[in-house]
Amino acid sequence: MGKQITINPITRLEGHGKIEIFLDDQGDVERAFFQVPEIRGFETFCLGRPSEEMPRITARICGVCPTAHHMASTKALDDLWKVEPPRTAKLLRELVYNAFMFEDHNLHFFFLGGPDFIVGPTAPAAERNILGVIAKVGLDIAGKLIKIRRETRNIIETIGGKVIHPVFGLPGGVSRGIDEDERQKFLAVAKESVGFAQFALQAFDDIVLKNKDYVDLIVGDAYQHSTYYMGLVDEENKVNFYEHMVRVVDPEGNEVARFEPQDYADYIAERVEPWSYITFPYLKKVGWKGFVDGKDSGVYRVAPLARLNVSEAMATPLAQEAREKLFSVLGGSPSHHTLAFHWARLVEALQAAERMVELLEDNEIISDDIRNLPTATPSKGIGIVEAPRGTLIHHYETDDNGLLTMVNLIVSTNHNAAPMAMSIEKAAKALIKGGVVNDGLLNMVEMAFRPYDPCHACATHAIGHWPLLANIHDHHGKVIKTVRKDG
Amino acid sequence: MAKPKVAFYWCASCGGCEEAVVDLAEDILKVVEAVDIVLWPVALDFKLKDVEAMADGEIAVSFINGAVRLSEQEEWVKLLRRKSGLVVAFGSCSHLGGIPGLANLTTIEEIMANKYDRAPTIDNPDGTRPLPRPVVDGYELELPVAWNTVKRLDEVIDVDYYLPGCAPPPESIMTAVQAILAGELPPKGAVLSPEKTLCESCPLNESKPDELVITEFKRVATSQPKPDECYLAQGFICLGPATRSGCGERCIHGNMPCRGCFGPPPGARDQGTKLLSAIASAGAAENKDEADLFAKGFVDPAGTLYRFSVPSSILKRTLKGK
Amino acid sequence: MATDQFEPRIMGFLCRWCSYTGADLAGTSRIQYPPNMTPIRVMCSGRVDPTFVVQAFAEGADGVMIAGCHPGDCHYDVGNYRAMRRVPMLKNLLEQFGISPERLMLTWVSASEGTKFAADVVTFTETLRCLGPLNFAKATKATDELNLKETAPAV
Repeated sequence: MGKQITINPITRLEGHGKIEIFLDDQGDVERAFFQVPEIRGFETFCLGRPSEEMPRITARICGVCPTAHHMASTKALDDLWKVEPPRTAKLLRELVYNAFMFEDHNLHFFFLGGPDFIVGPTAPAAERNILGVIAKVGLDIAGKLIKIRRETRNIIETIGGKVIHPVFGLPGGVSRGIDEDERQKFLAVAKESVGFAQFALQAFDDIVLKNKDYVDLIVGDAYQHSTYYMGLVDEENKVNFYEHMVRVVDPEGNEVARFEPQDYADYIAERVEPWSYITFPYLKKVGWKGFVDGKDSGVYRVAPLARLNVSEAMATPLAQEAREKLFSVLGGSPSHHTLAFHWARLVEALQAAERMVELLEDNEIISDDIRNLPTATPSKGIGIVEAPRGTLIHHYETDDNGLLTMVNLIVSTNHNAAPMAMSIEKAAKALIKGGVVNDGLLNMVEMAFRPYDPCHACATHAIGHWPLLANIHDHHGKVIKTVRKDG
Repeated sequence: MAKPKVAFYWCASCGGCEEAVVDLAEDILKVVEAVDIVLWPVALDFKLKDVEAMADGEIAVSFINGAVRLSEQEEWVKLLRRKSGLVVAFGSCSHLGGIPGLANLTTIEEIMANKYDRAPTIDNPDGTRPLPRPVVDGYELELPVAWNTVKRLDEVIDVDYYLPGCAPPPESIMTAVQAILAGELPPKGAVLSPEKTLCESCPLNESKPDELVITEFKRVATSQPKPDECYLAQGFICLGPATRSGCGERCIHGNMPCRGCFGPPPGARDQGTKLLSAIASAGAAENKDEADLFAKGFVDPAGTLYRFSVPSSILKRTLKGK
Repeated sequence: MATDQFEPRIMGFLCRWCSYTGADLAGTSRIQYPPNMTPIRVMCSGRVDPTFVVQAFAEGADGVMIAGCHPGDCHYDVGNYRAMRRVPMLKNLLEQFGISPERLMLTWVSASEGTKFAADVVTFTETLRCLGPLNFAKATKATDELNLKETAPAV
């Protein structure tokens, strides 16, 4: 057995994970594993809970994307209790949801994944972070970022009650509306968000697209896979974060499936491996062929680039322009360049901002008709939204009294489990040769998962961040010291 | 003079406490000017070896969030305890057990079976399970062991202060950080939040009757809460009477009743039974049959009254299961 | 005392005005009843905080008995009604923790009902004998060990 390299913990994502790299005798990568070591058990410990508590309980699957869970859960409740919300409630939900997409996508670009480009992939570890970004872009721009996130999160907090773990979702509506003063205040923020989203895309252009090395990295082979793609689209096949049909396209962009949330289990199945707590979803109709890409493999991807690949257009005009530029630079749709997820994320942030303006300009948003009370007996409900990190599925079954008897969750990053494992292995094989290992190269391996903006607490709906383990190797990749935290 | 060193670490957590720190917004710039953040896996690339290289007590304060439910989390928090002057249990999970603590109402075997065998979308004909020491194609790997019982942070290490909430409000975080930097802290073991119950600071307080009577329970699934009247008086279960104040009543401002994330007020050893006492006592039943019917209307008492605090309850976990 | 039979441990909360007096009467009348109950005198059955009940179970009780004045006779008017409203809810809570609701008994015993009191203790003791020992702390620890054997098998 050859030498082993461990990256532990991986950083600048939500959740914990570790990467194990095994070298052959030449010092090249033989195999790499991307392990997710968490499990909490939401699907089990929610059993026996009343259905209407689920939007608040499942929000705690993730404190970075609680609004996604809250919304998927609320929609599952609509289905469970067979009740449609009034139009005002839908507008309010969508407003909160788009505010969330906007601020979360910006969190990822500037705080989590972006530093690799803004500061540099092999910059010193102490600088590869938001503080390094602030030093690079200056306090003025940093101030703008912080302010716009604070203000859009304030929209979520005002309507949702809390921004970390909102409370307002109910079957058939919401608990709270807005008045005209709030609406005007939010409209001003929404318009500023559009401006900021455009600025972020410009920054991406200046920092990344004008840098030949970065462009080579993006279109290069180390960071790409030809997979299927999944995401929500509206009747016109435009990107929609909140509702409508799930669409799946093959690696050439042909539609292979289009289904209602209620039918998700006909299309998706999950595999289990002994080396990770995460499960590995795949397309049933294509079949599980292992950790390989291509048309014959059921592996598929979700999240920003996937959503752009799956759709035919964005739903808002400025975002549509940005999308067209993205595909023209990348050589058409679908694009398989994993690093381009960072770019697609910013295009989506622009749509989210534009959509907020549209919703706030709709006069019905200040009506107080915010709830239709259910009268049916509950039994089964499924709700799907597009979380920032991918398609999010909440499936509940209850007794007649609305207490949960079965919960199945397939959570965003979960869908990307196999692709991430594949991306890590491919990047490791491409970057580590002849036993040459250093912090910069290892960070570039980690860069293979960051575009997915993973959320491992989500993906395993598991609570259990795990601990740290470090193997120190000499320059041959040989482990000379192991520091381990054992149970 | 060197800036004091601060660490943020997460155990079994959702990342919300990390977001709460980021929600300091502009204030975070003041914080990073005053302190040196030496560990924060969500945002910074510092690794285990960096912490281990420090001297004992070199970190001025570690803010640890998340419940302890994995084998290695115990080791990790013990390491931070050694390297830190102060340890603050940050957020409901480390303070009380939090939402992950609901797993103490079931078993880890049920969790694993539901997830890897019984889920409707699972395709696992060989019954594969994640293992602590799997060997895959000859490669030896490792996964942490998930305990059956979820623990609070202070069951594992000595904790100096508790910052309650799911997640703690940015204002409380800022106040706590400033107090620590100025050396103006209450006696050890304090919960850094007011000593009163939520009812006392609730905006709906005036409509809470002196003699509360609940004839029948209402559920938000099938009724709409009114935003201007005490929820208990309306018949909705609200945990305000035995929940510590300090959250700003954000849920109430969202027109939803309290679910107790700040934990019990001082003097209440067990949040759930105190709440049960208060809520049940408000019933109007005149005989056993009426009392039984009244109780039936309160579906899921354990999961509601101990929503965030099963691991800090007297019973701590269910006996049910194998 | 050498016996193989399981002897349940019962924690009894008896109200000072009616039930404790009734229990005393059973004693002065020399009515025989099992020694399995340890009595604690409280001012009123309404004084019994549900916290006491879970504490008793956590510390080794197999059963908890709450005895108060008959409805309408409470020295404080409403105390026993509070107990009456709490107990069914508490039973539901206990059941979720794996503690059989039969392990909590609420009974009305007046000052003159020495015989009834003794009969209650006899019945409850036998019920608990059938249910078996609870040993809550030890049993939950065993649950931990058993589950971990399933989920974290040694390689």
